[in-house]
Amino acid sequence: MYRIVEARTVGLNIRQFTVKAPRIARKQRPGQFVILRLHQQGERIPLTIKSADPAAGTITIAVQAVGKTTSLLNCLEAGDSILDVVGPLGRHSEIRNYGTAAIVAGSVGTAMALPTAKALKDAGNHVIFIEGARSKEMVVFEDEVRAASHEAYILTDDGSYGEPGLVTKKLDELLAAGRKLDFVLAVGPVPMMRAVAKITAPLGIKTMVSLNSIMVDGTGMCGGCRVLLGNQSKFACVDGPEFDATLVNFEVLMQRNAMYRSQECRSLKAFEQHKREELAALRDGLAAKEKETAQLHARLEMREKDETHGKPEAVHVAEEEKRHA
Amino acid sequence: MPDTPPLPVNTLPLKERMRIPRVHMPELDPEDRARNFEEVNQGLAAAGAVTEATRCIACAKPGCQTDCPVGVKIKEVMALIYAGDFLAAARKMREDNALPAITGRVCPQESQCEGGCVVGKKGQPVAIGNLERFIADYERENGQLGLPHIAPPTGKSVAIVGSGPAGLSAAGDLVQKGHSVRVFEALHELGGVLVYGIPEFRLPKAIVKEEVDNLRRMGVEFETNVVVGKSVTLDELMRVEGYDAIFVATGAGLPVFLGVPGEHLNGVYSANEFLTRTNLMRAYKFPEFDEPIYDCRDRDVIVVGGGNTAMDAVRTARRLGAKTATLVYRRSEAEMPARAEEVGHAREEGIEFRMLTNPVEFLGDENGWLTGARCVRMELGEPDADGRRRPVPIAGSEFVLPVNVAIIGVGTNANPTVQSSAPDLKTNAKNYIVADPETMRTSKRGVFAGGDIVTGGATVILAMGAGRKAAKAIDEYLAAGEW
Repeated sequence: MYRIVEARTVGLNIRQFTVKAPRIARKQRPGQFVILRLHQQGERIPLTIKSADPAAGTITIAVQAVGKTTSLLNCLEAGDSILDVVGPLGRHSEIRNYGTAAIVAGSVGTAMALPTAKALKDAGNHVIFIEGARSKEMVVFEDEVRAASHEAYILTDDGSYGEPGLVTKKLDELLAAGRKLDFVLAVGPVPMMRAVAKITAPLGIKTMVSLNSIMVDGTGMCGGCRVLLGNQSKFACVDGPEFDATLVNFEVLMQRNAMYRSQECRSLKAFEQHKREELAALRDGLAAKEKETAQLHARLEMREKDETHGKPEAVHVAEEEKRHA
Repeated sequence: MPDTPPLPVNTLPLKERMRIPRVHMPELDPEDRARNFEEVNQGLAAAGAVTEATRCIACAKPGCQTDCPVGVKIKEVMALIYAGDFLAAARKMREDNALPAITGRVCPQESQCEGGCVVGKKGQPVAIGNLERFIADYERENGQLGLPHIAPPTGKSVAIVGSGPAGLSAAGDLVQKGHSVRVFEALHELGGVLVYGIPEFRLPKAIVKEEVDNLRRMGVEFETNVVVGKSVTLDELMRVEGYDAIFVATGAGLPVFLGVPGEHLNGVYSANEFLTRTNLMRAYKFPEFDEPIYDCRDRDVIVVGGGNTAMDAVRTARRLGAKTATLVYRRSEAEMPARAEEVGHAREEGIEFRMLTNPVEFLGDENGWLTGARCVRMELGEPDADGRRRPVPIAGSEFVLPVNVAIIGVGTNANPTVQSSAPDLKTNAKNYIVADPETMRTSKRGVFAGGDIVTGGATVILAMGAGRKAAKAIDEYLAAGEW
């Protein structure tokens, strides 16, 4: 059980959670992700870590409600818990002084790109951050984007905030103005990452993309997240999530990400009809789990105090448990 | 000792015993069970178990025991079952086997204990596996545990990486020696392959949970959601968290694909993914459970491979409603490594067997969905390194099989996570951890390894055997302190 210590809405259907997860907080590096599961019937979904505080033992994630699990997660508040959080998973971003580094992020992808942007800035790069969103309500973490970069550009598709247009427009402009880019990281919807790669790859600019393929275990065990790089198959969870954009087959990635679309729609629809019941059931489940864990800990403490630590006691514990069951 | 009446001893003449037919274990009807995930085997009743135990002729040199990878004292167990003291039989069993309810269900008994049974030389062997399962189920259903004796605390602590059969078995032995034991598991549920790999209809998850709870009652601690190598390193476990020794039992969890064109198509799964979705994530209960799986209803499903994993996957596909569920194997049935009982069960459930066939390409539609598998027919050539006849493609024999779902179950590779974070841990060319076969010691001080992560993919019971061996070696190391 992983306690949510802070929860707030940062954009339209986008929430930020700070979660107690000391082991992950100690080890997290930019670009890595966690897999979480909300309840006993829940699915496992990957989410990139936005930041970590090893001293406080917390990690921060940003979540856009798109399916059932993310919608349910976004109903949670500080004081609630997440049943399972595992990580940090995947390889971390390669941080070097490339020279000028452009970070191109779409909406919630900004959260994923932020730690890498910060690290690149700290490593001496001149960091250009281009954040795009559909509209004003989906522009997130603007202050942090500005803090993590030397130049920041905000664009909205509908022009309701910042400059109108897509992130690729800004990228084109910069390049047309003769700006030399040595490194590009694109994080966001697949069509956006593909469009960025189409611009930068012909120019020979090292371009990385952070891929969001469907995962189950996140440790390389199932291969469901495999992506096609040239004619080679790679697992996004252990070989990625960042890959050289020039090699990625984005069409296959989009096809594979659509594999469970009909089931996902069905789940989301059912959830929207029974939101309140689902949330109540989740909280009941967590409370039950908490009680169970507390009992187990109490029993362990009791046993540690009990010097005999032998056979009669072990059986006694078992009987005791039966009685409480 | 209080005065207890002596236990009855089997006095039936040997010839009479040999004449008793093997007691049949009831099974669910194939028609019905192919549509649900309920356990196929229903277990023996007490009377049947006693009758079956009567068949044991108590050999002076029991071949069953020498052929058991964990050396269960089967002869004594059989005598206790005959005497009707099922709990004592369970206790005796647990001295050598921490997970009897599991091994009774998944061991390839025909090539182990029952293969070595003298009664089986002339007729059917004593149903040792069924009896093992019976006593473990009996103690569980009666709520009376035959937990073994726990030695006083030694003050030493051991971290076990992985809660699969090797890890659980080592945990059981080490905690009995009085060491403090903590098992780290990467997934959210304990049991490793027992929960993500082996399906409910062969090994109900409630049974794995019960065996894990038994270890908990013996004092083993568990921590889920820890990927050792990512969440914490081996060095940190020893230096920061103070463990005196570590047993690495992470298994061979990485799926192998065929490496043929079209494997990225929607509908192509590794057996690991297909089984993990159904078993660990309960996708067969979608939408009650959130994790989805390809809707196999009225679809054509093939599973490539001939081992237990392939067999589990093809029977799972059948239960998910597949119109056709076909096992495609490049050798012939004689070379199939799957457990004999599962092959029989699969056939009863309407699984088709397409032997001496190998896919060379997967074909898809314009949206990336699998529609067919181009296959080639094979014939058996000369025996290869492991003595099995090598399959050779027959030129010009290619044909297309209409397929919506293809599941690849041709084996696994080493799970690399621990190794990649511990450069001083010696590995072989295939990235399996190098460990001494006797002492289970790795190249890293205080670190032992065993099970599939050392040997490559094998069976539950072999992994448990490795776990026991490691536990013994770790206990000796902790006592002597010398590396």
